Amino acid sequence: MTDLTPIIQMTDVSRIFGDFRALDRVSLSVLPGERVVVCGPSGSGKSTLIRCLNRLESHDSGTIIVDGIELGEDTRDIRAVRQEVGMVFQQFNLFPHLTVLENLTLGPIRVRRMSRSAAEELARNYLDRVHIPEQADKFPAQLSGGQQQRVAIARSLCMEPRIMLFDEPTSALDPEMINEVLDVMVELAGTGMTMICVTHEMGFARKVAHKMVFMEAGRIAEIAPPEAFFSNPSSARARLFLDQILEH
Amino acid sequence: MPDTARTMPLVRRLRWRRLFGTRAVSVLIYVLVMWLIVRAALQGAAAMGYNWQWYRIPDYVLERTDAGFQPGELLVGLGATLLLSASAFALALTMGLVVALLRLSDLVIGRATARVFLEIVRNVPLLVLLYVFYYVMGPIFGLNRYLASILCLGVYHAALVSEIIRAGINSVARGQWEAATSIGMTRTQIYRFVILPQSVRFMLPPLTGEAVNMIKSSAIVSVIAVAELTTAGRNIISDTYLSFEIWFTVAALYLAVTLCLSMLVARLEDRFVLGS
Ligand SMILES: Nc1ncnc2c1ncn2[C@@H]1O[C@H](COP(=O)(O)OP(=O)(O)OP(=O)(O)O)[C@@H](O)[C@H]1O
Ligand SMILES: [Mg+2]
Repeated sequence: MTDLTPIIQMTDVSRIFGDFRALDRVSLSVLPGERVVVCGPSGSGKSTLIRCLNRLESHDSGTIIVDGIELGEDTRDIRAVRQEVGMVFQQFNLFPHLTVLENLTLGPIRVRRMSRSAAEELARNYLDRVHIPEQADKFPAQLSGGQQQRVAIARSLCMEPRIMLFDEPTSALDPEMINEVLDVMVELAGTGMTMICVTHEMGFARKVAHKMVFMEAGRIAEIAPPEAFFSNPSSARARLFLDQILEH
Repeated sequence: MPDTARTMPLVRRLRWRRLFGTRAVSVLIYVLVMWLIVRAALQGAAAMGYNWQWYRIPDYVLERTDAGFQPGELLVGLGATLLLSASAFALALTMGLVVALLRLSDLVIGRATARVFLEIVRNVPLLVLLYVFYYVMGPIFGLNRYLASILCLGVYHAALVSEIIRAGINSVARGQWEAATSIGMTRTQIYRFVILPQSVRFMLPPLTGEAVNMIKSSAIVSVIAVAELTTAGRNIISDTYLSFEIWFTVAALYLAVTLCLSMLVARLEDRFVLGS
């Protein structure tokens, strides 16, 4: 983290649905290589926050600058940002009509304009990285949940993004599959990828996060390094939240 | 009757239903009903003094000449019907896709255009539309009766096809859009590589129904004397007065074609389900 210009800069960002403020003047900056874990109660705006970063959700006020590009109405800018920002969803969202390999090469071939052979080599490389090289020719429905989520991670990585967003990547998984996905994410952290993860996996957060973000009712209630956050959260609400999820 | 059915003890009602539900009884009832209908028709025809000449019909389907078999007038007409329907259906698919995409687009003008098109087509009878294409657009744009028919049928069926395509597109999960969007694909790419291939499975059954409808409604172009199956039938009858035999045969030919089509697509669907 020698480069001190933020790769993500959100300033006073609000997102309003009807008369409900899902995001309320949120400001956050993330440095290249930094790993941020976002947590908070349901409905507090965590998904909305990270979905604004690749404009799956548009913001109503404030500014978002990602990798030097300000997100606005310009569709070219938006697509340029999306190519730098990978996203992994709770429900995997793999393309069910394509094989694993085709899922991985679709973006590189159509968006990056790679040749098929180069894209396949890239894809096999990333399948190795998520430890399922042998599943290349299967369809998503033939894989377990954990395997599907690892394919989804590999699909994002194939676009060679500078930033990875995770929206509760393990919440839809059976307990015995959570670790295989978290392991892959920890390994990814080891490569120096900039990561923003919405997750309630506090063990993972302790291990990889540089920064914890706690959200509450559309606002960022607390930003702290993990040691401080877990041992001594400054807001009462965060303390209550931690008690609840660490209870068991 | 409904009263006795309602007061009948449940067990007995169930027993009756089970009896009528068996295959043997169903077939028996079916045969009985068909026999009654056919008998009534034959008796009616006999009462009219109708002179059945079925032996003359095969020649209109397959003509035996010195050179061997040749397609008869009806078979030629059937070919023309299929060609006409296929061209019009291709047009309906193309226009239907465009209209569906316009309706789903962010463009206000696009959505408005699509709505106007749909309202007009839905609210004008097919026959009137045909007259508009043939007697109004025909002279203006120099359309012959064949082109006017294709355009008319294509436009008419594009309305329903667009609804089918729109429903198919909407039935693809929202997350598919998001995943494709998040890897930087354009809208066009997302439709082409992610959404449409998945929605084909949902669209295939209703599109088959629409293709069958197309073949059936193509008969209407006989009113502007386009040479197809129904026109061929009319021509033969005006020469020979074999009206019962010919209309039965024409109906059977339409039925055969549409049944074949449905069976073909059912096969195709199986393959789709297996593939996914
Ligand atoms: N498209 C939308 N239309 C209306 N309200 C929305 C929409 N998307 C989100 N919201 C609302 O905004 C609030 C924040 O939603 P968000 O999904 O960001 O919460 P979250 O913190 O991710 O919650 P969860 O832990 O349940 O995923 C919620 O109350 C939600 O109902
Ligand atoms: Mg969420």
